[in-house]
Amino acid sequence: MKIIVCIKPVPSSNEVRLDPQNGTIIREGRESVINPFDEGALEQAIKLKETLGGEIVTVSMGIPDTARLLKDTLARGADQAFLFSDRRFAGADTLATAYTLSLGIKRLGDFDLIICGKMSIDGDTAQIGPELAQMLGIAYCCNISEVVDVGTTHIQCRRITDGRTQLVRLPLPALVTVGKRYDMLRFPSISGVRQSLAIPVENRNALDLQTDLDRIGLNGSPTRVIRTFVPQRAHGSTEIVGDANKQAEDICRIVDGVR
Amino acid sequence: MAKIIIDAANCQGCALCIDSCATHAISISNGLAQVNMDLCVLCSICRDSCPFSAITLSEPETAADCSPAEGVLVFTEQHQGKLLSVAFELLGIGRVLADKKQSALIAVLFGASSRENAGELVAAGADRVLIITDSRFDHGIEADFTHPLYDIIEREKPEIVLIGATDFGRALAPWLAARLRTGLTADCTGLDIDQQTGLLQQTRPAFGGNLMAQIVCPKHRPQMATVRPKVMTESAMDYTRQGRIIELAPPSSIDITMEILQTLAVQKQAGISDAEIIVSAGKGIGSAKNLVYVHEFADLIGAEVGVSRPLVDMGWSEYSCQIGQTGSTVAPRLLIACGISGAIQHLAGISRAETIIAINSDPDAPIFSIAHYKVVGDCIEILQELIKNYKSAGRKEWQKL
Repeated sequence: MKIIVCIKPVPSSNEVRLDPQNGTIIREGRESVINPFDEGALEQAIKLKETLGGEIVTVSMGIPDTARLLKDTLARGADQAFLFSDRRFAGADTLATAYTLSLGIKRLGDFDLIICGKMSIDGDTAQIGPELAQMLGIAYCCNISEVVDVGTTHIQCRRITDGRTQLVRLPLPALVTVGKRYDMLRFPSISGVRQSLAIPVENRNALDLQTDLDRIGLNGSPTRVIRTFVPQRAHGSTEIVGDANKQAEDICRIVDGVR
Repeated sequence: MAKIIIDAANCQGCALCIDSCATHAISISNGLAQVNMDLCVLCSICRDSCPFSAITLSEPETAADCSPAEGVLVFTEQHQGKLLSVAFELLGIGRVLADKKQSALIAVLFGASSRENAGELVAAGADRVLIITDSRFDHGIEADFTHPLYDIIEREKPEIVLIGATDFGRALAPWLAARLRTGLTADCTGLDIDQQTGLLQQTRPAFGGNLMAQIVCPKHRPQMATVRPKVMTESAMDYTRQGRIIELAPPSSIDITMEILQTLAVQKQAGISDAEIIVSAGKGIGSAKNLVYVHEFADLIGAEVGVSRPLVDMGWSEYSCQIGQTGSTVAPRLLIACGISGAIQHLAGISRAETIIAINSDPDAPIFSIAHYKVVGDCIEILQELIKNYKSAGRKEWQKL
């Protein structure tokens, strides 16, 4: 079984705050990490590989530093890793990103399953999975909690959709997106780290992927972000003072008011 | 090629933009900001961080390739023969947008009950309702809807397409956008028509709600958005309104790309997502055994118990209780947060709570920035007092009044 896992680098924290002095945007946690939902996707892939055998290929579109994260996926259980990196990919929205990933994946040969995180914690769009499935012309299912069974032609998954849990069956090849954090990504083993040292993260640029330059990066992105701003959460807060007994009394009054 | 331009006349070399850049692409050299375009991902957040308007995103002019398009099309979702409230919310905002564009509002409805429900959509503001009456659409499989809906959009050529940001809509819309090769803005909480450009101005939260972005789709049609439920206002029903209901032929075949083998009963077992009152616990409770007090107090006031991620990671609690970005999002009328410091991922999960009482020993804990009531103190000591209070006869009688 050949499984492709899509990885996105995200800031280590998604905290954004306003500089109180001048109202400008400050982003915290600028060291990038693997998107937590993508970690769940990779763990799901590693579990499948353990029971079914086969190989895992991780792919990402990003700046050269992203190779560091892909190297980490190799240490944790991936067999190959590809980074699609090119200045011309910069500014891509979900459509241009899905296009770039689809070209990269098409060049990897036949595969059985693509696993993506449900969404990234910085963009929160949850669009890459279904867009990629459309471009590759394969079946897809969003927000699965687990892969239940894998046959030669079909896969069974449990999905959560609008408050219902369903057992669904998809023809292979298929794309699934992994929802809530049911699985924590395992730590790299010592042998995994050792093996990963011998495997290079392969780079592919716009030329390698034979991209249509009008469909990549900012140029190939229909959407434009015209303004970003930090929402004002300002509402006054009331401090409840006194000893524990007095504080509890006041809390009770608020609780009873709500009940 | 597109790039970030620093206006040397306006740049003060203040370095504020450096903190806004996620990819370390900006540095200060000779008193001016400089962008390393090998690292820049053109996210344009630096532009909005500059107090001197010295940063712009420059891109080469491309020919306008906007094919003519008119009208606002909304996809109205029904479940088990019943229209979802988000369908009426889409018609509410759709009507506003269509009036501003002086164009038509078109509703699309698929499913066995389409004929019965179409009149409701006219009353809610639709000028035309396109229906396919076919029970094959009642299973809620997104892939069954993709091709028929794509065909309708291709034929109608609407300027704007709105779909509810339900799980269903968020799985359906991106497939369509990719097929139509157009832009899609996810989970919008604000929609308007820009007076100058006539474009759909879409506002949406990103970074778990910590940053808002305004997005447009200038040169591709339709302009597509999924719209967060419970945000837009439903329009008033007017059963005297006139509208055309047009019945379309069901598709001859539907590709079977997903089968539902089993739907498990909707878990109505006291989930924290729907809870009215929640008592939540974080690392500040000190030890796993102190959870007893949290549960006891929650039981006394009829609340559910939620926890922050560290408690799940340490094995003190089940994942199903986890609140936050990688757990459940909650919207209770009252949340009592005990010993939760308030990591931003956790705050993203509780920002819709109506009233938050936060108890924490650290007066500077970030949770207080979002709390309505700030209680600085030992949460276990206060929980014990609360339990004593509720168990005392006096309070019980007071409650009866």
